[in-house]
Amino acid sequence: MNKKQRKMLYRILAATALMILFVLLPVEGYLRFACFMIPYVIIGYDILRKAWKGIKNRQPFDENFLMAFATVGAILLGEYVEGCAVMLFYQVGELFQSYAVGKSRKNISALMDIRPDYANVERDGALIQVDPDQVAIGTIIVVQPGERVPLDGVVEDGFSTLNTSALTGESVPREVKAGDEVISGCINLNGVLRVRTTTDYAQSTVSKILELVENASSRKSKSEQFITKFARYYTPAVVYSALALAIVPSLVQLIVTGSAQWGTWIFRGLTFLVISCPCALVISIPLSFFAGIGGAGKAGVLIKGSNYMETLSKVKTVVFDKTGTMTQGVFQVTGIHHNTIEEEALLEYAALAESASSHPISKSLQKAYGKEIDRSRVSDIEEISGHGVVATVDGRQIAAGNRKLMEKLSVTCEDCGAVGTIVHVAMDGEYCGHIVISDVLKENAKETITALHRAGIKHTVMLTGDAKRVADSVAETLGIDEVHSELLPGDKVELVEQLLEKKSDKEMVAFVGDGINDAPVLTRADIGIAMGAMGSDAAIEAADVVLMDDDPSKIALAMAISRKCIRIVYENIYFAIGVKILCLILGAVGIANMWVAIFADVGVMVIAVMNAIRTLRVPKL
Amino acid sequence: MRKTYEIEVDCANCAAKMEEAAKNTAGVADAVVNFMTLKMQVEFEEGAQEKAVMKEVLANCKKVEDDCEIFFS
Repeated sequence: MNKKQRKMLYRILAATALMILFVLLPVEGYLRFACFMIPYVIIGYDILRKAWKGIKNRQPFDENFLMAFATVGAILLGEYVEGCAVMLFYQVGELFQSYAVGKSRKNISALMDIRPDYANVERDGALIQVDPDQVAIGTIIVVQPGERVPLDGVVEDGFSTLNTSALTGESVPREVKAGDEVISGCINLNGVLRVRTTTDYAQSTVSKILELVENASSRKSKSEQFITKFARYYTPAVVYSALALAIVPSLVQLIVTGSAQWGTWIFRGLTFLVISCPCALVISIPLSFFAGIGGAGKAGVLIKGSNYMETLSKVKTVVFDKTGTMTQGVFQVTGIHHNTIEEEALLEYAALAESASSHPISKSLQKAYGKEIDRSRVSDIEEISGHGVVATVDGRQIAAGNRKLMEKLSVTCEDCGAVGTIVHVAMDGEYCGHIVISDVLKENAKETITALHRAGIKHTVMLTGDAKRVADSVAETLGIDEVHSELLPGDKVELVEQLLEKKSDKEMVAFVGDGINDAPVLTRADIGIAMGAMGSDAAIEAADVVLMDDDPSKIALAMAISRKCIRIVYENIYFAIGVKILCLILGAVGIANMWVAIFADVGVMVIAVMNAIRTLRVPKL
Repeated sequence: MRKTYEIEVDCANCAAKMEEAAKNTAGVADAVVNFMTLKMQVEFEEGAQEKAVMKEVLANCKKVEDDCEIFFS
């Protein structure tokens, strides 16, 4: 609680005590009025002052005015207790609201507290701490265990594990060694790292993310705009209705029967005013979005604005890029078939034969082999471009390459049913099997598609530049409904546009890509989701939702978060407007008294704020 | 030119009113008040004097919401 809030708490306690005392005291008439004026002024002086200033500045219809007018009216009608109580409960509500908002503000900023305080720079053999802002590109900085990496860079020296959870929501630490890139905002867990910076502070991942999060709630959603508009017409409308309610029925009575109950109707008009305050809506809707964006950020899902939160919740079609999104985008040995010799031996010979090549295929063979390549065992390497390699390994002639190579050497080879690149291997002219190298699916890819379908996504589409056979096989394994393969980047935009045309206005199309060459499609879709964006500026720029790591299950998570947030927003809108309208009707016919009115104002607001704060918690998939 | 200022304001509705007031100040091209982060982002018109404009912005904001503060130095 801050100073202002504490002061308010004391005022509330004092006013409550005095009110209870005066209710019990048997005072009558003017003395009673004088007595109740004490707690009224204690609790309400600032409201009265603000109301007066509002009138003076020609900004009347605000909540201060409503409260001042209603309570003064009640007191003039002799309802001292009600007048004081309305003011008191209004202030309790305000205090609660300011406390709740402050608390969630603090929670959310703690969530996003990834700002590094300093960077360690070596100068004349000693480490000194400097502002990250002051560090030039290419400087060597030292990151000690427990410290936050202040700037993006490449590890020059050292070995450590990094906790990236503040950025990605991923709890498994990442190992880094010399030559690896490190990203600002991660926490160094054990070893000392010497890092050569590659960005200045303004361009670093941390500043980009912070900027993005801070600006997120500036982009207002349709529901927020609706509430602002609603409040603009609603308050004056209620004030005029209250005025009408206070005057018209009495006038009619006066004309028809000759006598009027002025007091009753004016009091009903005042009740109307108390109910009318739109605070519950005005506060809880932005709060829901803010907390939702904060909670999502904690889980490694950056949503760039409330409007995108809203769009995301309406997505019915999800279009995926294949490589890097659903698959890892790295080639791996995924199978060894029809081998006549040991699998390890086959792999060893193939890796040795290909050892001179820098082709990705040979890289993955060497990686699968896993041991140091002894170049002295290999001689007479002959690369036949478009075919493969022929080399002598341990005195034997090894041929490793595609079917064309085998045909050239007149070796009969087995066909392979598996999808991917096939490396056939022959030894001394004898076929000894083939190795399948393919892009591997990401761990959670299949579960993600299943989860999306379960969550009401109607249609999933995969777009890829890859071969049809590969694409079809991936789509089938994952359970994707529609697949388009062998596309050029321009084709992807066209296909997304076709999808956009087909769907109805209420159904949104999301595109998920790794952001490296998908920028045009990301911007074209209703909502662009970039994955694995840590360190990729283009993706952060182009996308509306940024998934910090490349785990596809975050796609489903992002949608679950948005749907929860929007559900809560609508709950609050319907609840608040519903209760208010009900109370207004009850107030007009005289069933609801001032106490009900106070509930309709403060109670509804408190409930709405508490409901809004629920968005901070990320739903489980 | 675009600049961000810290602000102090108590309620969301008042923040919205401040935004409206700031937008209508001469020299301000656009303004966005973020109640949750308590920040005001002001986009100045070409050639506007930042300090003078901000003084005016604060005065206009005080008119609609007495209990607010904008921190500019």
